[in-house]
Amino acid sequence: MYNFDFVKPSSIADAVAALAGEDAQPLSGGQTLIPSMKARLNAPGTLVSLTGIPELVGVCREGDMLVIGAATTHAQVARDAAADFPGLAALAGQIGDPAVRNRGTIGGSLANNDPSACYPAAALGTGATIVTDRREIGADDYFQGMFTTALEEGEIITAVRFPIPQASAYAKFVQPASRFALTAAFVARFESGVRVAITGASENGVFRWAEAEAALSSDFSADAIAGLACSPDEMIADLHGTAAYRAHLVGVMTRRAVAAAG
Amino acid sequence: MGKVTMTVNGRARSAEVEGRTLLSSFLRDGLELTGTHVGCDTSQCGACVVLVNGQAVKSCTAFAADLDGAEVTTVEGMANPDGSLGRIQQAFQDYHGLQCGYCTPGMVMSTAALLAENPKPTEEEVRHYLEGNICRCTGYQNIVRAVMAASGQDVGALAAE
Repeated sequence: MYNFDFVKPSSIADAVAALAGEDAQPLSGGQTLIPSMKARLNAPGTLVSLTGIPELVGVCREGDMLVIGAATTHAQVARDAAADFPGLAALAGQIGDPAVRNRGTIGGSLANNDPSACYPAAALGTGATIVTDRREIGADDYFQGMFTTALEEGEIITAVRFPIPQASAYAKFVQPASRFALTAAFVARFESGVRVAITGASENGVFRWAEAEAALSSDFSADAIAGLACSPDEMIADLHGTAAYRAHLVGVMTRRAVAAAG
Repeated sequence: MGKVTMTVNGRARSAEVEGRTLLSSFLRDGLELTGTHVGCDTSQCGACVVLVNGQAVKSCTAFAADLDGAEVTTVEGMANPDGSLGRIQQAFQDYHGLQCGYCTPGMVMSTAALLAENPKPTEEEVRHYLEGNICRCTGYQNIVRAVMAASGQDVGALAAE
């Protein structure tokens, strides 16, 4: 890969200042960014590491919310969120493999917004709030398409605030080579209704399956959506699966998630 | 260029690195610890796994500069103080958990991480934990047997495949 200047600030303010420089990019766990730099798909002039900022790390219950620092690894979320939000902990424990989970972070995943990543499904599926160095963004406004988010140039995620659902589960059909989701569903039941977010399927990235949400909000059972089909329009089609196959998986994985959430 | 210092296998070690110097390059080229293997260089295969502050990490997918001050254990640190094979290494030899040996350093280090957090894993837990370590020779059966043996469990109870 091309060389770059490396800086590791110890505060959010210093990180934001460093990111204002020309060709500067943030580095979190690097599990996507480093491979993309090796492939020369990405060549920052300066990398600003976010892993030396203590306030960006941790899992903390605040009332009916679970607040997770942006630089918290998947392994730590899998461990520390298990008691308060088991659906989210289980999702984190299915990302990549153990070594990837020890480096990769929730903030990195959400900033990258890979169309097959796991965390976007949990954030959109709960209506989480993405907290940045300058504002708060609701998940419904944050995800804007494949690898596209509401983040501005130089803006960094500092935390994610998840409303804790009454019940939730993530059902993932693994693409075994990449260990990303071929298609996966996150289902969350709240007193106010049910949210369903699908990742891995759409060319527009993570999305909410409105028809399933409506059906599940009146009857939270796999049977309630047994006859429901998701349109294959704008679904991803590649060597791993056709658009029609992914559309079929949307239904299957949603039903599995509902059954697992109970 | 900048100087990075880590505690590697219990000793403070330093080397000059560029921003782009990977942990695997720091270990292999900077410190001449070539036991850590680089298989795919795309973070798929796990041959380069080492322990960073006790946790399994793919050393080809971390920058040395980002790990200044870290405590690192490589396969060279797994032997007994007298130089004989350590418990996990010996189990891999006893149960033929390797053929060409390319993946073995990563397998040994992932096993060390697994047994540190789960001293008596089930066969299923072993297979799940080693998902990120690819072996193209053994079919994994003997690797799983070696890990079970290293954890002091009855290998004879494993189903033959």
